[in-house]
Amino acid sequence: MYALVDGNNFYVSCERVFRPSLQDRPVVVLSNNDGCAIARSNEAKALGIAMGAPWFKIKHLADSDGLVALSANFALYGDLSDRMMSLAAGLGPQQEIYSIDESFIDMTGVRGDLTVRSHKIRSRILQWVGIPCGIGIGATKTLAKLGNYVAKTAERKPGSYPEHLAQVCDLSALAPTELDAVLAATAINEVWGVGRQLSKQLNAAGITTVLKLAGLDAAMVRSRWGVVVERTVRELQGTSCIELEHAPKPKQEIACTRSFGHPVTELADLNEAVTDFASRAAVKLRKQRSLVSQVLVFIRTSPFRQDAQYSRSTTVPLRRPSADTAVIVTAALNGLAAIYRPGFKLAKAGVMLLGLQPDTVQQGELALEEDEEEDRGRLMTTLDGLNLRYGRGTVLLASAGLASDNRVWAMKQERRTPGYTTCWADMPVARA
Amino acid sequence: MSHAILDLHTPVPISQAPLWVNALPCRITAGFPSPAEDHVVQRVDLMAQLMRHPQATYLLRVRGESMIEAGIFDNDVVMVDRAITPRSGQVVVAVVDGDFVCKTLYQRGGRIKLKAANPTFADITPKDGQTLEIWGVVIAAIKQFRV
Repeated sequence: MYALVDGNNFYVSCERVFRPSLQDRPVVVLSNNDGCAIARSNEAKALGIAMGAPWFKIKHLADSDGLVALSANFALYGDLSDRMMSLAAGLGPQQEIYSIDESFIDMTGVRGDLTVRSHKIRSRILQWVGIPCGIGIGATKTLAKLGNYVAKTAERKPGSYPEHLAQVCDLSALAPTELDAVLAATAINEVWGVGRQLSKQLNAAGITTVLKLAGLDAAMVRSRWGVVVERTVRELQGTSCIELEHAPKPKQEIACTRSFGHPVTELADLNEAVTDFASRAAVKLRKQRSLVSQVLVFIRTSPFRQDAQYSRSTTVPLRRPSADTAVIVTAALNGLAAIYRPGFKLAKAGVMLLGLQPDTVQQGELALEEDEEEDRGRLMTTLDGLNLRYGRGTVLLASAGLASDNRVWAMKQERRTPGYTTCWADMPVARA
Repeated sequence: MSHAILDLHTPVPISQAPLWVNALPCRITAGFPSPAEDHVVQRVDLMAQLMRHPQATYLLRVRGESMIEAGIFDNDVVMVDRAITPRSGQVVVAVVDGDFVCKTLYQRGGRIKLKAANPTFADITPKDGQTLEIWGVVIAAIKQFRV
């Protein structure tokens, strides 16, 4: 038996813990550079704001409807997530932290009424941390995720599902007729792993509700849509196929891309930005103990502007796989030099590390040149250690630019709330 | 895996080579045994002493003079525990008109108010139909001196 604990509108809920005046108001949290909405309060959803809506398109709602927009404050969200996760862990013996606001709990062997227990944990998280959650329970992770959707929707839109399923929904505890009614009332695109493309195909085949999807023959599904869809169907039928994962799998690619705070035209500024992005990506690469064999770099103008458009990318293969910041940055800068053209107002750039492999496997090569490349693993370890201890950017490549205040490409975060729980000087204030 | 005999002529990957150093389960001392040895445990952890529910504990800075008779002065930092059910007589942080306010909670019968701990400040009584939200209970105040 699995439970999925998921914070409601998590980023917005985090902001509301320390800004009680935001309760009941439409609030959105904006992505890096205040680009687009990445979290919406229920009131903001009711205004028709879509996930990912660009800020400039919804800006007018600030005046007309009192919409509040905040820049993402990840230090705050990380702290509150940690608190929430450690309380959620009380649900059962094993936990998989799936994302900043979601965790699966394996409830195998937990005795007593699971719904009652979940309500207790839910209200504890709400009272102690200040974050409202939805909890879904089911025989498989897919069903737990579905239960979570039902729990949240029943709370947000009264009438969509039976009232007693709000906040906590244990699909395994429902009577067969009620379960069928719930599955029949749910569209297939709400199922974990069913994306937009697949929804379209299934809908075209007449499979529009989760009840219909769960009623399909698994063997038929495999031959027609493949093993991934078959697995989803089996999970919906109650056969667990997706295990709890305790450690995140190493990523197959690492990206660091960002929109600029202001349009960038000069190669010198781009070099700084790309150096910074490549350095960040290299740190992530070393953290997961991988080597990279290809470095992709791209630049582009803003599609939302009327200016001349330009968009190029290039992939630079490394002579041998590496995790060395200097090697990765050099490759990225060479790639950038090849694609850069003056005269364009560039809005975004990024570096992607492709063709990752574990750093335990190293392809040797014949030493055709005289001087053997020295092993700089210790230098990189020292670099990461210094930056971890004294803060990011303490030691960096000079090409990243030193005058951080003059960086035209630096992120714009005009609406960020203080680091309420992570910075002594930013503590919230109580009047006395 | 058996480590009984190592064939010294076969190359061994370095990651698989066993290390034969074992940590001894006791300390070897030269000279006098330290009389303090059995008593050294751990330094007092201030946070562990003050904090009962780490996930529920937040710090807030107090601005104002209304709580000085409760020992809380302007610029002090209060430690607030949201896991404790607030009771009458406790110092709390409440939400009043969207702002955090630090006062003493006073509850009698069905009546509730927030009392100041300074006679020159007025108490806060919720108006008709208005509910007071208690955000958390103050469990400690931290005062820093200029040094």
